[in-house]
Amino acid sequence: MSEPLLGDGPAAGHGLGSLTARLQGGLPMSEIGLPVLLLALVLGFALFVPQFATLGTFQSFMYQIAMLGLLSLAMVVPLISGGLNLAIIATANQSALLMAWLMKALLPASAGGPTLLLVILAALVAGLLLCLLIGFLTGALIAYTGVHPILVTLGTKSLIDGISIYLTRGTVISGIPDIFAATGNATLLGMPVVFLIFILAAVVLGIVLQGTPFGLKVAMIGSNIEATRYSAIDTRRTLVGVYVTSSVLCFVASIVMLAAFNSASAGYAQSYLLVTILAAVLGGVDPFGGFGKVAGLMVALAILQVISSGFNQLGLSNYLTVAIWGLILIAVVAAQTIHQSGWLVRRLRFRAAPSPASKP
Amino acid sequence: MHEQSTFLSRLQRRPEAWLLAVILLAGLALSLASPTFLTLPNIVDLLESYAVQAIMALGLFVVLVSGGIDISFAATASVAQYVAAAMAAYAGLPPLVCIGAGLLIGVALGLLNAALIHYVRITSIIATIATMSVYFSFLMYVTGGRSIYNLPDWWTDRITFYETETTSGDLVRITLPIVALLVAALLTWLLMTRSKVGRQLYAMGGNPEAARRIGINIAGMQFFAYGFLGFMSAAAGLLQAHRVGESVPNALYGNELAVLSAAVLGGASLTGGIGTVPGVLLGIVLLAMLQNGLNLLGVSSYFFQIVIGLVILISTSITVLSARQRRRRRPIGEALNV
Repeated sequence: MSEPLLGDGPAAGHGLGSLTARLQGGLPMSEIGLPVLLLALVLGFALFVPQFATLGTFQSFMYQIAMLGLLSLAMVVPLISGGLNLAIIATANQSALLMAWLMKALLPASAGGPTLLLVILAALVAGLLLCLLIGFLTGALIAYTGVHPILVTLGTKSLIDGISIYLTRGTVISGIPDIFAATGNATLLGMPVVFLIFILAAVVLGIVLQGTPFGLKVAMIGSNIEATRYSAIDTRRTLVGVYVTSSVLCFVASIVMLAAFNSASAGYAQSYLLVTILAAVLGGVDPFGGFGKVAGLMVALAILQVISSGFNQLGLSNYLTVAIWGLILIAVVAAQTIHQSGWLVRRLRFRAAPSPASKP
Repeated sequence: MHEQSTFLSRLQRRPEAWLLAVILLAGLALSLASPTFLTLPNIVDLLESYAVQAIMALGLFVVLVSGGIDISFAATASVAQYVAAAMAAYAGLPPLVCIGAGLLIGVALGLLNAALIHYVRITSIIATIATMSVYFSFLMYVTGGRSIYNLPDWWTDRITFYETETTSGDLVRITLPIVALLVAALLTWLLMTRSKVGRQLYAMGGNPEAARRIGINIAGMQFFAYGFLGFMSAAAGLLQAHRVGESVPNALYGNELAVLSAAVLGGASLTGGIGTVPGVLLGIVLLAMLQNGLNLLGVSSYFFQIVIGLVILISTSITVLSARQRRRRRPIGEALNV
């Protein structure tokens, strides 16, 4: 059986039996296999890279994982709903640009404490509003036209990037107030503030996706949007909510980016776009939608970052890291497929014969 | 109202029709605004500079029709181009060997994608995002990002098939990229409309399960589609080195979404089974015209991306909204018609 881009996954094609099983067990390999892989990687690097098992490595690990992590969270929500948001980097960059520009334009040279805080607050509110607007428009376009999310967000990505590049002429906006970057790079209880922001966002998103009606609706839409609609759920409003959530996470990412780069540009972090999809799928998020947990994503992100940190200390090129990331994704998905198909064979034998109704 | 819906459904049957209308309209406006736009030298120039992207779009179109997607073709083109360039520049191998090796590498990388998608059952977009990372990153790692400047003359010498001088004294040359584009378009068109394989690809993209049950070899079709895209990408990569006279490992990388936009603008559907060669060519023409026209009008090139974004959003919305009039019987199309 071939696999169309957004068609039913291999398991979904086998009907209700596999669906309930997946609801119960999730993807087995990602539940057990990934933490084992992570542990093996950490132990391996600790054994063979002299400076790996130090506090310094761990701190730089926490600094670096925050940005990719937040952007991946922004990608996971649409992925679970069966869509994709290709505009996350563009959204985050535009929000960072707006905030940087506002801070620069509004801040008098000799601003005191209260003014400074007020301006930063105003910039943050403006960035949040911009992201809400982008998310709302993207979601509305997807929900009300029914155009494939890949196409809509391809369009919005080009549009948002275009506006950013047009307004800045491709330049970098720097001159962020020192206190902003200093807060971003500060540590609390030995952990970088940006890392704590990321963890907080992940926990909140995890609760929203796992424990609220909205989260359930998102997963249902990802599994079968038509059935969800017939269950008296306003799928359009939920879809708008999905892309608003994704954009708000982009806003959080933009704060971290602004603090990390100490400047804003339309061109930052562009190479992260496809890596976020890679991380999500590695973390057990079903690219067809319906299934995925924030916990799985966190383990996947840790794996990617450990490889990156380890290779970095070995003095290996960044390109090799990305290549290994790609290979790991292929290997993990292959392992999941083999695991699943073996399981399915047993399941089908148990059911004697699949009923005609469960055939696609 | 009724009249409008029949009009829209006719548009849906032929997305190329309204694309052509938009192109003619834009062409008219641009030629009125800028006298240099509708001149032969400018048009031939445009054709030449967009030939590489157009050839990739034709390959991608075949994969899109088969119901898949491929993000890795630019990486494939880069690898094929660089290996061929290294063989020619460092080993001094004869032209046929270098070109053959480049094309073979393209096909092999395409077949590898197909194997991952068909046998390992990784979704096409995920598989090709992964292989794109692997192909391109290994290329950059192995080459250290070094360009090859000393390509042999047989590769970089301009090949002119036809040459004429316009009344205004401009030289108009029909060069190799243009001829290659025409050959590629003709080949793809023949393949998709006049061959058994083409009809089977459309059938598979429309409904893979139905296609399997009427005895179409799904595996074979997958390998063919991705192999074909690999071949076209490699050809485009070799051609790009011919145009610019050097092989830069990351020159083609980053073109993926622009090429995808062109194919989709031309009416190829991401859900498969739909699309025509003229449509894909028109999609490229529209993008090329907009960019060139805006340049000639003195509009900042920074503005171009905004226009592309708007064109994608508007054209896809119109296509899908009009398709709603006559819902196609396909699970994905239905699921998306919220």
